[in-house]
Amino acid sequence: MELQAVLMAAGGGSRMMDLTYNTPKPLLPVGNRPLIWYPLNLLERVGFEEVIVITTKEVQKALSTDLRLKTDVKMKLDVVCIQEETDMGTADALRHIQQKIKTDILVVSCDLITDVALHEVVDLFRAHNATLSMLMSKVHEFTETVPGQKGKKKGGEQRDFVGVDVTGKRLLFMANEADLEEGLVLRKSIMRKHPRMLIKTGLLDAHLYCLKRSVVDFLVHNKSVTSIRGELVPYLVRKQFSKSLNSPNATEDSEKNQKQQDAHNNLELLSTGKDEPLLQLARERSCWNDHRGDMSEAYHGGKLRCYVHIMEEGMCYRVNTLAAYIEANRVAPKLFDDPSIHPTAVVTERSLVGSDSIIGPYCQILEKTSIKRSNVGTSTTIKEKVKIINSIIMNGVTIEEGCNIQGSVICNNAVIGRGADIKYCLVGSGQRVEPEAERTNEVIVGSDQLMEI
Amino acid sequence: MADSDGRQIDSINHAADGDGKGHGIVRAKTEGKELTKEEKQRLRKEKKQHKKNKKDDKVPTEKEKEKEKPSVQAPSKPVTQSPTHKAAAPVPVSASASESLAAAEKPVKTKAELRAERRARQDSERTSKQGKKEGGQQSTTSKPKASPSELQPVVKRLPEHVQVDDPAALKKLAKKLERQQVPLRSDYGYKVSLFSHLHQYSRKNPPTQQISIPATVIHPSVVRLGLQYSQGIIAGSNARSVALLHAFKQVIQDYSTPPNEELSRDLVNKLSPYISFLSQCRPLSASMGNAIKYIKKEISNIPSQCKEEEAKGKLQECIDSYVNEKIILASEAISKYAIEKISNGDVILVYGCSSLVNHILCDAFEKQRKFRVIVVDSRPRLEGREALRRLVKKGIRCTYVLISALSYILPEVSKVFLGAHALLANGYVMSRVGTSQIALVAKAYNVPVLVCCETYKFCERVQTDSFVSNELDDPDDLIVTRNGKTHLENWQTVKSLGLLNLVYDVTPPDFVDLVITDLGMIPCTSVPVVLRVKNVDQ
Repeated sequence: MELQAVLMAAGGGSRMMDLTYNTPKPLLPVGNRPLIWYPLNLLERVGFEEVIVITTKEVQKALSTDLRLKTDVKMKLDVVCIQEETDMGTADALRHIQQKIKTDILVVSCDLITDVALHEVVDLFRAHNATLSMLMSKVHEFTETVPGQKGKKKGGEQRDFVGVDVTGKRLLFMANEADLEEGLVLRKSIMRKHPRMLIKTGLLDAHLYCLKRSVVDFLVHNKSVTSIRGELVPYLVRKQFSKSLNSPNATEDSEKNQKQQDAHNNLELLSTGKDEPLLQLARERSCWNDHRGDMSEAYHGGKLRCYVHIMEEGMCYRVNTLAAYIEANRVAPKLFDDPSIHPTAVVTERSLVGSDSIIGPYCQILEKTSIKRSNVGTSTTIKEKVKIINSIIMNGVTIEEGCNIQGSVICNNAVIGRGADIKYCLVGSGQRVEPEAERTNEVIVGSDQLMEI
Repeated sequence: MADSDGRQIDSINHAADGDGKGHGIVRAKTEGKELTKEEKQRLRKEKKQHKKNKKDDKVPTEKEKEKEKPSVQAPSKPVTQSPTHKAAAPVPVSASASESLAAAEKPVKTKAELRAERRARQDSERTSKQGKKEGGQQSTTSKPKASPSELQPVVKRLPEHVQVDDPAALKKLAKKLERQQVPLRSDYGYKVSLFSHLHQYSRKNPPTQQISIPATVIHPSVVRLGLQYSQGIIAGSNARSVALLHAFKQVIQDYSTPPNEELSRDLVNKLSPYISFLSQCRPLSASMGNAIKYIKKEISNIPSQCKEEEAKGKLQECIDSYVNEKIILASEAISKYAIEKISNGDVILVYGCSSLVNHILCDAFEKQRKFRVIVVDSRPRLEGREALRRLVKKGIRCTYVLISALSYILPEVSKVFLGAHALLANGYVMSRVGTSQIALVAKAYNVPVLVCCETYKFCERVQTDSFVSNELDDPDDLIVTRNGKTHLENWQTVKSLGLLNLVYDVTPPDFVDLVITDLGMIPCTSVPVVLRVKNVDQ
């Protein structure tokens, strides 16, 4: 077996609590499908037959009951439950399932919606015998207005600094703005080996990683690493140029660093143990080099290599903020060609449903309603004379007659009273908006949620 | 005239022994139309006698004859000028060949029936031949791999990878790949008409596009190998063979015999789709072909009562010993011989990056020979830079020029060392494109040319030009950006423009002074002898 897929679906959605306090993030509907459907569909399209899903009990239940998930997903899902309260990082989760991992792994996050040709990422992993291969994409500016946002946010997210070599494939440097206090520090050893480095900041990390099996073993030995993205990836990128990996006589080091050295050496030993003599011979005899201009052999003799595939075109979204959620809802329906109006939905003739809207199953749309550029979820009831523009209505919502909803997100099981006028709001799960209300740019959540901070 | 008659008789007698093809060529070349008619009569007489003596099934003989005819006709084709000779000359040749090679015999027939049969056969072959060659050079496009050893009546068909312009062959290939579940890689871009019978792939369409991501049909190490071939990460004849054997070792490691199957037969069947996949990624080299033949032979020689673990271990050992003998030790032996040829004060010219030549030079340097090296390089691969790096790292004094400066630099050179991709049965050297130029110019300057090649790269193919069988690399490699301008960016839109990126060319034996192999230093024309000895050994 070449690769095992691991889907991380235990995350809490901490950056969009308003949406996720009642619904776990993997089950948020995007384009009328649960969010977790998208990475599963990606894996299935590419040819995976089995996926290990790490998630919470609630999501596990949904995986077996939700119609869409059960029927559409033909792969075998090996669901591993973890307790929500334990606050496991992604690396911890990998450590947890270490027994199941027998080959190299492909780690995917549940909030990834993309149409990337996955073979590009995996080919880098295969061809260069890389330890890490990941996917990144150009950040798209979000054009939709986000409900509840006061004024324009100026890139509130911390930027990632990604350094790649001339070919644009080899990953040389990776750091988050938060970790760089005084400035960006580049080691001379890296500059000597790769005098030309391109540093990019406008990249979105898709959280899709191909990792070698030895990395999982390394994680088992080093329990201090908790997050793949936050700690493991920068560590691996730094380790490419670390001296102890390149010189075989690192064991001569002093004993005070012994423990640290041991931990680091573990990675080296685990990754180089398999370098067979024939492979070595083939590489010696091959007249290929990945760089020119200096006297070293291919890959500078380094055993650890990290690669990145940067998507120039195509769709790649990580649904971890409200803005991304709204954008994804806009774009995701293009990924599959479902009929825009589900066959089981009841839409009366006098209502107007725009062509770029989608209506979920079992909906009821009564007369003189106009729905434009919106997504309407399952089992939603929309009464007469309602105008819905540019909004996202989730499942089980009831919208009484005469409402006007614009640019908003209405969560599961909410009720909008008659004649309400809602602009750019977020109505939380199960909330009621009183009739004749006028809300603009507000987040309407229950009082118990306000305690979350 | 008497001499020629005598020669003719001799040649006919020789034909009876079994050198029909070779002498057929000689005959057709030297003698004219009249002799062939005489030959025809004589051979007909002899054939009839032969038939009277032996009695066997008619059908296999006919089939054999028909198959042999196209294969035998082809070698004589480039020699005979007029098309009329084609009918006349090949027939006696084929007749003589068939009578000497035929093991089975036809039952006795009347003269008239035989003549009628023969004429019908000729007609059908002529029409089938003409149908095959459309727009290609008659003398070059359909060249079967004729075996020099006449002991086997095995007919070699045209391999698929030189029949890309034949839709029937393409369909056959597509069907075969579909059966093996290997994705078909489509050709890219406009192909220069002289080479339209060869595949041309683009690096932007990797062969893994249609393979499922955890590769199940094809073993992951073979997928990795294919990728490395197509991206050029493993390049060079030796490197490719070693990497292939390494991948096969892993395949054998992970293999488990299904129930009711024998390892010796099933494993060979398992390897076929892998080999198809690899040849889709990049056409197989001669050394790889020989390695595959060796492995298949070893696998099929495994006794059926051998346990699986034992068999696997044995195969792994075989592979290791093959690499050790044919590659590692061979290069040691070659380097020993070659060092005798390097004297102090020499100026040695090398071309491109040959692992063997680099090894020789590094060894010679270690043994305290004083020489300097001139590395000649050519676009688009610019492999010479890698050779330069390795030699300079060792401490050897080097000069670097591009091939266009060859005639400028040659007066300084005392010897030329060339590596080879394969050595063909007629003594031609197949090597990186540009090698034949170097050999030609070196000959003009009377500089000795030494080719270094291990014996496992000796190939039974016969080729006299670089058109028949070659490899077309990605044409986009020729596109270069200078001063921010890429002139060839939209070369596909210009209808009259074709980009050709050849990989190999053949050097005639007259330009090569010596071939250094692990068996010793032999002249180029002794290659068939080595091949024959190898075949007898095995």
